[in-house]
Amino acid sequence: MPLIELSAIERTFLLGDSTVHALARIDLSIAQGEYVAILGPSGSGKSTMLNLLGLLDRPNAGVYRLEGRDVTTLSPDEQAQVRSQRIGFVFQSFHLVPRLTAAENIALPMMLAGIPAAERARRVGKALREFGLENRSDHRPDQLSGGQRQRVAIARATVMQPALLLADEPTGNLDRSTGDDVIALLETLNANGVTLIVVTHDVTVGARAHRQLRMEDGRLIGDERRDRADHRRVTSADLRK
Amino acid sequence: MRGPDVIRFARDAASGNPLRTALSLLAMAIGVAAVVVLTALGDGARRYVVAQFSTLGSNLVIVLPGRSATGGFSPANAVTRTPRDLTIDDAAALLRSPHVARVAPLTAGSSEINVGGKLREVIVAGTTASYLQVRNFHMAQGSFLPEGEWTRSTPVAVIGGSVYRELFGSGTAVGEYVRLGGRRVRVIGVLAATGTGMGMNTDELVLVPVALAQQMFDSNTLFRVLVQAQSRNAIESAKRHAAETIKARHGGEEDVTVITQDAVLATFDRLLGALTAGVAGIAAISLAVAGILVMNVMLVAVAQRTGEIGLLKALGARAATIRQAFLVEAALLSLAGAALGYLLGQTGAWLIRALYPAFPAYAPAWAVIAALATSLGTGLLFGWMPAQRAAAMDPVQALMKH
Ligand SMILES: Nc1ncnc2c1ncn2[C@@H]1O[C@H](COP(=O)(O)OP(=O)(O)O)[C@@H](O)[C@H]1O
Ligand SMILES: [Mg+2]
Repeated sequence: MPLIELSAIERTFLLGDSTVHALARIDLSIAQGEYVAILGPSGSGKSTMLNLLGLLDRPNAGVYRLEGRDVTTLSPDEQAQVRSQRIGFVFQSFHLVPRLTAAENIALPMMLAGIPAAERARRVGKALREFGLENRSDHRPDQLSGGQRQRVAIARATVMQPALLLADEPTGNLDRSTGDDVIALLETLNANGVTLIVVTHDVTVGARAHRQLRMEDGRLIGDERRDRADHRRVTSADLRK
Repeated sequence: MRGPDVIRFARDAASGNPLRTALSLLAMAIGVAAVVVLTALGDGARRYVVAQFSTLGSNLVIVLPGRSATGGFSPANAVTRTPRDLTIDDAAALLRSPHVARVAPLTAGSSEINVGGKLREVIVAGTTASYLQVRNFHMAQGSFLPEGEWTRSTPVAVIGGSVYRELFGSGTAVGEYVRLGGRRVRVIGVLAATGTGMGMNTDELVLVPVALAQQMFDSNTLFRVLVQAQSRNAIESAKRHAAETIKARHGGEEDVTVITQDAVLATFDRLLGALTAGVAGIAAISLAVAGILVMNVMLVAVAQRTGEIGLLKALGARAATIRQAFLVEAALLSLAGAALGYLLGQTGAWLIRALYPAFPAYAPAWAVIAALATSLGTGLLFGWMPAQRAAAMDPVQALMKH
């Protein structure tokens, strides 16, 4: 059973008199544990796709099955429950709460889920160690570097141990080497079992994924899989260009 | 989300914007302080008046000539024309009721008092020995009017404190003779100072036997008959008995008004209680204004934290959780403001009491509770709309506003 199964998904927006097809008849299947990059020019529908996969948005038509369950018909509260338990988000602009410390930001999903404070503290401590943020736990976001902020955001996205990790341009606000570190961190998480979907318009970042989905004008125009050897070759070929 | 977490989250959110929080806190505090201080003034006035009336004496039933139209007490109909005189015999007849402890007839007029060339105008009250207990007076010097003398016009007088000071300075008065309305009377006592009561400053009074006063003013009628009931419970029976007795003596004519001190007190109590409530109502308007300010503050907070709301939704917060967080924040602002206002108001009331010790400016408990409840209520009421707006936000749109 695939983790994600989209059939005939449509998402349209009304812009004045015209209808924008942000997603047009998307059929897609993603298995548990995959590492997928969604590539495409700006406005091609990548973010819309990710929002839909993350149950932040609803399609106008089509069916979305997550872990075999039709999630398009769920009530907003049921969808919130699925987001809480099964999905983690990483955003381009980190989206940390400025008044909360790194530790409190990481604990936020657990607090919302009603997990007791002691258990939260235990899991936050573990996350801080794993993400190399031990001596940053009491720092507020404005006291952290971009890379540290994104690491806090990733720790927050994974602290509920989701099945699916969605990252929308996670390196968009970072310099190249910090961005590489963040991607490497996400890849480690994927290697440990979480399904990783990264939206990017950066070809180098996209090429590292095991599977590339290419989008244009709301349609899926390419779906390529490579083994690890291929992926290495393509990356070096790109760099040589 | 757990209760303590909701509160901590809301508190941190509120303190994240100190200026905005301080302003709405202040507005709420002013509203509550206004209620506390104004009701302390209103209720203080009520207590003051009630205390003044209580100095009249205890378990008092007052018979006045003239029929009042409604039977209730009102200053206007207490002075209707007298169809038949209220006499000393009427007063004496009231003593026969088992509910009555004492009866003191009272007649009054103004006259001149003169001693050693010093002259002044005084109110002369004619009464009997029981007046001392009925009015709960005390003697500073000498003794009160002689017992049992209802019909003898013994030429003696008891003088009030100020009359004594003006005429005798600090010398002896008891045993001295004074001229009172052309008569020679002997001073037998000086009243201890009491202050005002029933509109008559007793310190300015000269008391003589009732028969003597009637001779002086050439009248048979009484101004009042003060009846002291046996106990508080006997007041109503004493009142009824007094009315019936006088009616029987006046040929079946109900031509007197019998009022109880309780009724008078109750009237003033009601009047000033209504005044206090009215003042509290006006002050409560400022609470509503504060509520609107809290709403405004919360609307701005929701707008400013749109990105955060989107994030919370992405992290799995249900609409109800977000609504709760913002409602609790509004409630915290209101409660903290109310607590601050309570302290301010009580300090204000304390200051008034310190400046005017005679004035019991204590805010009544109902007003304080109502003010606190109203502030919390308006906070929640006006906090609802912003909280609802936050809860209903579309997560994708909200996340884009970062
Ligand atoms: N809320 C919206 N209202 C109107 N049009 C939208 C909205 N969100 C996205 N779109 C449109 O949908 C298309 C896809 O947008 P998006 O998914 O953000 O693209 P990408 O992330 O690939 O840049 C664009 O044409 C965009 O203008
Ligand atoms: Mg995008």
